[in-house]
Amino acid sequence: MLTIAVSKGRIYAEALPLLGQAGVVPDEDPARSRKLILSTQRSDVQLLIIRATDVPTYVEYGAADLGIVGKDVLVEYGAEGLYEPLDLGIARCRLMIARRQGGMVQPARRRLRVATKYVKTAQRHFARQGIQADVIKLYGSMELAPLVGLADCIVDLVDTGNTLRANGLEPHELIMEVSSRLIVNKAAMKMKHASIKAFIRQLKASLPNDSKHSPKPPCPTSTSPA
Amino acid sequence: MTCLFEDRWLLPEGIEEVLPAEAGRLEQLRSDLLALFAGWGYRLVIPPFIEFLDSLLTGTGRDLDLQTFKLTDQISGKMLGVRADMTPQVARIDAYNLTSDTPARLCYLGTVLHTQADHLEKSRSPMQVGAELYGHAGYASDLEIVQLTLEMLAIVGLQNVHIDLGHVGIYRGLARQAGLTGQQEAALFDVLQRKAQAELAELLDRYQVTRELREMLLALAELNGDLGVLRDAGERLAGAGESVKSSICQLEKVAHALVCGFPSLPINFDLAELRGYHYQTGIVFAAFVPGYGREVARGGRYDDIGKVFGRARPATGFSADLKVLARLSSVAEEKAAAEAIFAPFEEDQELHEMIRALRAKGHTVIQELPGQNGGALEMGCGFQLKKQQMNWQVLRITRASAP
Repeated sequence: MLTIAVSKGRIYAEALPLLGQAGVVPDEDPARSRKLILSTQRSDVQLLIIRATDVPTYVEYGAADLGIVGKDVLVEYGAEGLYEPLDLGIARCRLMIARRQGGMVQPARRRLRVATKYVKTAQRHFARQGIQADVIKLYGSMELAPLVGLADCIVDLVDTGNTLRANGLEPHELIMEVSSRLIVNKAAMKMKHASIKAFIRQLKASLPNDSKHSPKPPCPTSTSPA
Repeated sequence: MTCLFEDRWLLPEGIEEVLPAEAGRLEQLRSDLLALFAGWGYRLVIPPFIEFLDSLLTGTGRDLDLQTFKLTDQISGKMLGVRADMTPQVARIDAYNLTSDTPARLCYLGTVLHTQADHLEKSRSPMQVGAELYGHAGYASDLEIVQLTLEMLAIVGLQNVHIDLGHVGIYRGLARQAGLTGQQEAALFDVLQRKAQAELAELLDRYQVTRELREMLLALAELNGDLGVLRDAGERLAGAGESVKSSICQLEKVAHALVCGFPSLPINFDLAELRGYHYQTGIVFAAFVPGYGREVARGGRYDDIGKVFGRARPATGFSADLKVLARLSSVAEEKAAAEAIFAPFEEDQELHEMIRALRAKGHTVIQELPGQNGGALEMGCGFQLKKQQMNWQVLRITRASAP
């Protein structure tokens, strides 16, 4: 039996066609059934539909053999102890620094304040640029923070940029391109080698060729940090 | 800040106490394992719990540094470390205290402390158990260590053990051939550990690795699976240097010996698995069991670790966490409390002699304390001593007969 943990929401929706190619079609729609464990048309595969940030934990502990999760989560929560053999190329977006339209990022006379839920990633990024930043952890609605003076900028996922624009913010700098990865528990890879490798091969075959490496065009508003 | 009264019982995160039932099992397992090692000629050493940081961290890399609790020695003014891994200590014992050139077989068992809790176990105080073999460089010593690991797991009673075999010399050889800088080698290592193939290809492009080496390094991430992997490796890494070829050859030898010795053992090969890459020098291996998300024992070759202590010798060994083994163990609990005999408190010489004789035969005799709460049943005893026709006798307790 293979257990696959899938991030719920957009990643689940975009992963369904790929999983379908490998014969993994859930018997129920999780939006309707409220079930957390879904059986599939393949009797040897079941799906867990869970919060994105929990996916690496389930897979690392071996509660799931495989997982589908965004690269942003892997970078932030640590992917040591996991294999990530495939870039599925789905749920693409960008992890970006955003600020008020036309505003400066670096304030005078004090440290830069950054609001984000990606605390480690933000800290690492600013440190690499030689900027000591104070990072404020928020759990949602980052866009609000610069507007009310809680932070000078935010680090968040940007898809279309509509939410930013609607709140008078603009993308400032790209931190990384994000897409979903297939991750595998190390012990499972050793002990269920044949079935996992076969599954990876099936998924890989169903990926469009260009999704293996297809960086989006560089971010138009990307500038060097102020 | 003072401790709240309700919190006084709390232990620090990741520090646990072992209660009687589990402690009994642990001790049973401990002595069984040491007896096994002794039977193979591995002699017990007891390294100190704390020692100078310099010698504790020699040649081990930054991870162990982070994991080590440190304090200042008021006598020497130097930094002390509480051991986070006993392997370097045992290597030092071999290099400095043992002078014979013959192979040395040592084993050890003790608590180590970690500054950071392990992801999976949440423990900061594992009980490390392991065995090391010094002074032999061939595949025979690698094989002996893998066999001893398997024997250990068998004694623990673990079912369906899987072995994973790799060799750090293969990646190291390819990285050297590609002329990578230390930093590049480390970055590539990190990606390889995650088998992130797309990132691997990107990095190799950025480092402008030659086409042939690029293909071979990419192949590493895919070279995992059954024995066929070694055959594939021979083909796909055909352009590699001599050191890579001899590494594959060593793996083959160990693999074939294992297949013969343990025909039903599932063996997985993974040429990109580089556990302990910083100090390992040859074959590396790990044991897995179903239902546990990571290895239960690991080991490999780490030649020349003793060099800084004055004597470079080939070395290979393994270690495991006894607490994890005990938890996964299917071996039944040792002598149950129900076997215990309850004795009354009486000034009677015959009774005292009877108790002494029973204890000498290995029975557990619990003597009543005057005015104590509860009797034999409540104390969990299955038998009691009773005087019948002028003689003390051991009688099974039934509910009706309970005093």
